[in-house]
Amino acid sequence: MKIGLFVTCLIDAMRPEIGFAAIKLLEEAGCEVAVPSTQTCCGQPAYNSGDAASARALAAKTLNEFESFDFVVVPSGSCAGQIKVHFPQLFENDPPLRARAERLAAKTYELTDFLVNVAPRRSPHAAACGRITYHDSCSGLREMGIKTQPRELLAQAGAELIEMKDCEQCCGFGGTFAVKYGDISGAIVDEKCHHVQATGADAVVLGDLGCMLNIEGRLRRLGVKTRVLHVAQILAGSV
Amino acid sequence: MQVQSMHFKQRSGQKLADVRLQKNLKKLADKFVTARSAAIAELDDFEATRDAAVERRNRVLATLDVWLQTFERNATARGAAVLYAQTHEEATRLIVEIATLHGVRKVTKSKSMVSEEIGLNHAFEATGITPVETDLGEYILQINDNEAPSHIIAPVIHKDKEEISDLFARAHALPRKTEITQLTREAREVLRSHFLSADMGVTGANFLIAETGSAAVVTNEGNEGMCTIMPPKVHVVLTGIEKLLPTLEDLATLMRLLPRSATGQQISNYLSLLTGPRRAGEVDGPEHMYYVLLDAGRSALIGGEFQEMLRCIRCGACMNHCPVYQKVGGHAYGWVYPGPMGSVLTPNYVGIENALDLPQAATFCNQCSVVCPVKIPLPDLMRKLREQQWQRGLRPWSERLGMTAWAFVAKRPALYALATQAAVRVLGWMGGGDRRIRSLRIGGGWTIGRDFPAPSGRTFRELYAARGVRRQQATRE
Repeated sequence: MKIGLFVTCLIDAMRPEIGFAAIKLLEEAGCEVAVPSTQTCCGQPAYNSGDAASARALAAKTLNEFESFDFVVVPSGSCAGQIKVHFPQLFENDPPLRARAERLAAKTYELTDFLVNVAPRRSPHAAACGRITYHDSCSGLREMGIKTQPRELLAQAGAELIEMKDCEQCCGFGGTFAVKYGDISGAIVDEKCHHVQATGADAVVLGDLGCMLNIEGRLRRLGVKTRVLHVAQILAGSV
Repeated sequence: MQVQSMHFKQRSGQKLADVRLQKNLKKLADKFVTARSAAIAELDDFEATRDAAVERRNRVLATLDVWLQTFERNATARGAAVLYAQTHEEATRLIVEIATLHGVRKVTKSKSMVSEEIGLNHAFEATGITPVETDLGEYILQINDNEAPSHIIAPVIHKDKEEISDLFARAHALPRKTEITQLTREAREVLRSHFLSADMGVTGANFLIAETGSAAVVTNEGNEGMCTIMPPKVHVVLTGIEKLLPTLEDLATLMRLLPRSATGQQISNYLSLLTGPRRAGEVDGPEHMYYVLLDAGRSALIGGEFQEMLRCIRCGACMNHCPVYQKVGGHAYGWVYPGPMGSVLTPNYVGIENALDLPQAATFCNQCSVVCPVKIPLPDLMRKLREQQWQRGLRPWSERLGMTAWAFVAKRPALYALATQAAVRVLGWMGGGDRRIRSLRIGGGWTIGRDFPAPSGRTFRELYAARGVRRQQATRE
């Protein structure tokens, strides 16, 4: 099974170790992983800023890079959602591209969804991460139903999960929203961080880089040491 | 109502700093979100009911003219007069004319957001007619110098009991009460005399039923009945043209969703079906009944990319669940309709250039469309408004320049690789020893309340390329 890994622009720039953790997990599941070197961004920032032309150009570029694989795996809910849900919408008025986008959407998976439903791992590691709590990212949860998959994998890996209050509530990231309305975004993530802290967990685990940078940024500003980890890092034992 | 949506940023900042408001807004999630979730869980066919409601609302909107004619025919046959208003001004003029025609001096009002939209109380006062709000929340706002509601179903959600105690003591010139039961009794005593002395009642309508020519009105306080069945000679129903449902059976479908989505109730305390004025032999009801049906931007949405917004049944679930609304409250949005539904409606009704922030001030968490009983894709509609802003050059130059430059680079992989390598090094240096960036010059909004975590060191693509080279060497050796 040939997998194209869509690394995502934020993992590329900010947390490359998550990309490598994803490769490790996919290889352990018996996949052959390729990482097209020309990939950049799925186009979400342009799409959500109203620049549909740029969003379409980046979607078409991503289509060209990834449509030859058996599956496309994305270690991020919102980027996977962009490909699965929004690429076909972007090409609403272009039937040939829309058909291609729909084919790509059908074989695109968020990482934990893929590891549970398509290619179960052969030998789960025991994660040495102490007690954790899990933040559900909005796109993963509400666009693709990513809820039980990461929890199932974390349980297999022996993680002790303590659910926080309102774990499905948005962390306030919202892409450029976090910069344009920094005060509102800051108030939302503040509440999230209080819920994280209230669990007493050693780490908050999640599946999306936007939420990760947002929650980590607020925790550090509050002077809180709770670790912020991507689910792939824990599952791959690379923490 | 005057549009203040262009001041969203400033207002939301004030609201975030208002400690008392922040405390009061917490009630919203604790009360409505929890109650809705429990009420929905009881329905074993919630999804099917939603689908049926969507189908009904879509059917009405696809042939709205036909349903309006059917409604008008049946309402007229039952003795009511059906009037149409294209604009806010036309609606207020019609209602004031009706009041003048019947020599009305005092009007009791049941809750109506359309009445807020057209500024009806102001128009009454300008002609010497006294309007009295009889929904408790709306009454509280009226005696507080005509304050605007901050929520479409819970208009005083931004206030706490203490504020209301102070207000009642001041406005009623009575000893200050502290118990809620005492406060409601006091309001009831004040309102009773108004009910008995009013000449006209104005209500909204949650739905208009085409087959019977009726208005369906949902309340929890029963005040609507006091406005329409007690003495008033005249009853005016003021609502939007999009509120139609074909049949009473459709009303039953929608009523399974509305109270549950709004307040988490299985059914509201009152549901009135009002069909025509009092007829010979009947003991109650108004002598005259009028419908004033407002367009004011609604018909312009039909056939366009925002038509789905007209399915809205005004339950308020979208705002109750909205992380932004939960933090800034309804007043920050600057017009009648706050939260996600308002962020789509306001730009459409008052002009996109007068409400630029509203569709932008959303995280696109999608919670609103998940809870919407009629499945309005609110984030998609807000994104369409963002596209219009972009196309019409309504975004600030810095944002346009930034996005255009970023997209130019993102389309060119070699350039992108160089640019990210450089950016990552600069950010890494800025992060210092503890890997925290405390202040950013570009994107400074981020660092108002949080750090920007520094990048790990090198980009994935650099490390991956290096790993590839190492592996090749290893194979060769």
